[in-house]
Amino acid sequence: MTAVLVLLLLCLVCGALLGYAAVRFRVEGNPIAEQINARLPQTQCGQCGYPGCKPYAEAIAAGDKINKCPPGGEATIQALAELLDLEPEPLDAAGGEKPPMVARIREAECIGCTKCLQACPVDAIVGAAKQMHTVIAAECTGCDLCVEPCPVDCIDMIPLAGSLQHWKWDLPLAPGRLIASDRERAA
Amino acid sequence: MSEVKLWDFHGGIHPPERKALSNRTPIQPAPLPARLILPLGQHIGAPARPIVAVGERVLKGQPIAAASGQVSVPLHAPTSGTVSFIGSQPYPHVSGMLAPAIVIDSDGLDAWAPLAPCADYRGLAPEVLLEKIRQAGISGLGGAGFPTAVKLAARPQGKIHTLIINGAECEPYITADDRLMRERAAELIVGIEILAWLLQPEQVLIGIEDNKPEAIAAVRTAIGERPFGLRVLPTKYPSGGEKQLVELLTGQQVPSGGLPTDVGMLCQNVGTCVAIHDAVLQGRPLISRIVTLTGEALARPMNVEALLGTPVGELLTFAGLDEARMDRLIIGGPMMGFTLPSLEAPLIKTGNCLLAPTRSELPPPPPPLPCIRCGACADACPASLLPQQLHFFALGQEHEQLRAHNLFDCIECGACAYVCPSSLPLVQYYRAAKAEIRELEQKQHKAEHSRRRFELRQERLRKAEEQKEAERQARAEQAAQAKAVQAESFALPDRTAPLAAQPSQTAGLSEQQKKLKIEASMAQVALKKAEKQLAAHATPELEAQVTELRAVVEAAKKALEAATAAAPPAAPASNDAALKKAKIELAMKRSELKKAEKAGADDAELTRLREALAGAERALHAAEDASDKPAPQLIRTDKRPVDEKLRTLKTELAFARADLRKLERDEAADPPALESARTRLAAAERQLAEHQSE
Repeated sequence: MTAVLVLLLLCLVCGALLGYAAVRFRVEGNPIAEQINARLPQTQCGQCGYPGCKPYAEAIAAGDKINKCPPGGEATIQALAELLDLEPEPLDAAGGEKPPMVARIREAECIGCTKCLQACPVDAIVGAAKQMHTVIAAECTGCDLCVEPCPVDCIDMIPLAGSLQHWKWDLPLAPGRLIASDRERAA
Repeated sequence: MSEVKLWDFHGGIHPPERKALSNRTPIQPAPLPARLILPLGQHIGAPARPIVAVGERVLKGQPIAAASGQVSVPLHAPTSGTVSFIGSQPYPHVSGMLAPAIVIDSDGLDAWAPLAPCADYRGLAPEVLLEKIRQAGISGLGGAGFPTAVKLAARPQGKIHTLIINGAECEPYITADDRLMRERAAELIVGIEILAWLLQPEQVLIGIEDNKPEAIAAVRTAIGERPFGLRVLPTKYPSGGEKQLVELLTGQQVPSGGLPTDVGMLCQNVGTCVAIHDAVLQGRPLISRIVTLTGEALARPMNVEALLGTPVGELLTFAGLDEARMDRLIIGGPMMGFTLPSLEAPLIKTGNCLLAPTRSELPPPPPPLPCIRCGACADACPASLLPQQLHFFALGQEHEQLRAHNLFDCIECGACAYVCPSSLPLVQYYRAAKAEIRELEQKQHKAEHSRRRFELRQERLRKAEEQKEAERQARAEQAAQAKAVQAESFALPDRTAPLAAQPSQTAGLSEQQKKLKIEASMAQVALKKAEKQLAAHATPELEAQVTELRAVVEAAKKALEAATAAAPPAAPASNDAALKKAKIELAMKRSELKKAEKAGADDAELTRLREALAGAERALHAAEDASDKPAPQLIRTDKRPVDEKLRTLKTELAFARADLRKLERDEAADPPALESARTRLAAAERQLAEHQSE
């Protein structure tokens, strides 16, 4: 009899504790979507078919494929596969992986329509109605969403020029993995 | 020499020194080049910002680019001449990439700009002294090129208690600091005094490797009675590394990821000290440096004092370069330097050595073999890292592990690669991995930044939308209110009128009937009340009252019945329908007649129709009389007669106008068509006017 009572009491106490914890430590939002979002390149380009990186992150959390992000490319797929314990898949995009780009407005041709301003997801274009617009290159994510709305086609997407600051050493090949001609020479 | 304790650092190697090649001749002035290329970024930090224009004449020592930002240094013209170009120029970098630079065409006069020498630096405030050093464009001349003024000003953890002067020059082949200490020991000591005056350290230690006895002797003489500690270090590569020198001289280790300032120490290269002396006492900015030209491909290896911006090819030619014998050109030493792809690149502030070896002298490394895990690299590593582990992690791109194994404490000295029996290019792996990690970090940073901006934008748009929505609602509410007020003021009579009209129309009760009905129901209510009271307290008075009331009710009911029976039902609705029907009939007959008239029907038909119309009219009149509605008042508007001619003219005018409008709207319309349309319109207008004036 006491045993039953003790168990019952235990059940009640644990239930109350769990109930309290569920209310008190409620997690806002979807934590896995947040983690996925942190691995996306945040260009907000919409090439995955979703309006921005966060919606795509939420879609992945809900079971969508992880290989729809062209700006992130192989690296992003790898990171997502690792996070979600999935098999990495080849990138699912017509143009393949794109090099980092930056938008540039041919300012002489700009008519100041502000259409690109409204299209830019990160407010990287400055300008006003009937005034020339210009791209803040440091803020541009290279999403090319501004190109299509431009009525005079004065926006170019140019690949980010390599500079000394961005130059990096190549990782040498693993020893023993020589290209054919070098192997002959080494022999 | 007093016995002072020296410590040791882990690892290190003893490669052949090859210093005797270049340290036997005094420092020579390099010939004045015809064209100097001055890259804007010769130091660590933000590139300088040009302050001269193309075509401008500059004097030797005149600033040509200003520091942009905190961690940056200005740049000065090394000789007098004309600025001929500002833009991308060759840069001493392994990639052979171009970098922004100012090009000066020398005029051969080498005319100095006015300088501001200062004999007594002790009279200057530390800030003024620091500013002088900053404005002289001095960055570390040892090799890294960190802006000296920034290094001196940044003291995060309290005071600097030990100032260390680095004269170790541990890398093989290089003798620039050796010759400098031999020949300019006095200036060096004054430079150190200025630093000591600025920093007020408890002790000043000068470290020189024991393979430079002449330099040691010269510095000792120059020190004299000053309380500077001269430490002679055993030759071991890389004792000249900042952290290694700190450990050698003080036995303290700089914490991982930290700087010597974290343990209260500061290192300066001897060359930098001399540059500080020149800048403070003579007011001379940093426009030249001592550079070792060495290697067996040179006929006269030596040290030269060369102007910054001198193309390295010219310097090597001065030293008697035999290009056929030169295997490759290395800038820096054989351990830490890198191959330059072209001889066009200029000498910059960090270039301490140009090495032109023959193939037999520095043969290219044999192809690497797999790691045999011998551990020799770990024994040689002066930073106590595990090079072979780092190499495997770098190959597998395991960035977390690389960090965990302190990749970023690697000073890239090359000791591990030097001892590797498999000739693995270990430093290459570390450099690549570091660059990869930094790039990923930057990408992550940029992504985070973009995400924040995107979210802020979304938030802003959402707020704007909400505000718009709120305004829209407020407007709608306002409009509804205004409508209600208007409706009240206008509708009051409207609403009362149908109410008043209603009883007579629909209920069909006369005023009298109504009155009777009300009276009857009132009597009924009074009777019920009385009956209730009677049920509660039965008194004779109440009983009498109830009987009386019953009689009244009976009488009222009777009166009402009589009144309803007397009044005939109100005018039937069928009357209205008949009236309507008659009207429709009339209209139909009228239109039939008109049609027949237009079609040119014969007289018999027309008369028949006319009669039918008259019949319909009569029927309508009868219906109107039958209904109690008043007969409609007929209002006839007298229209101006329109004759055929006028009508056709007006139609023509309207058509002409419409055509013209259409053409005008259409941008692609050709001018002749437009012109003809205009003339047509004008003609139509004229004809109409003529006709009307007739």
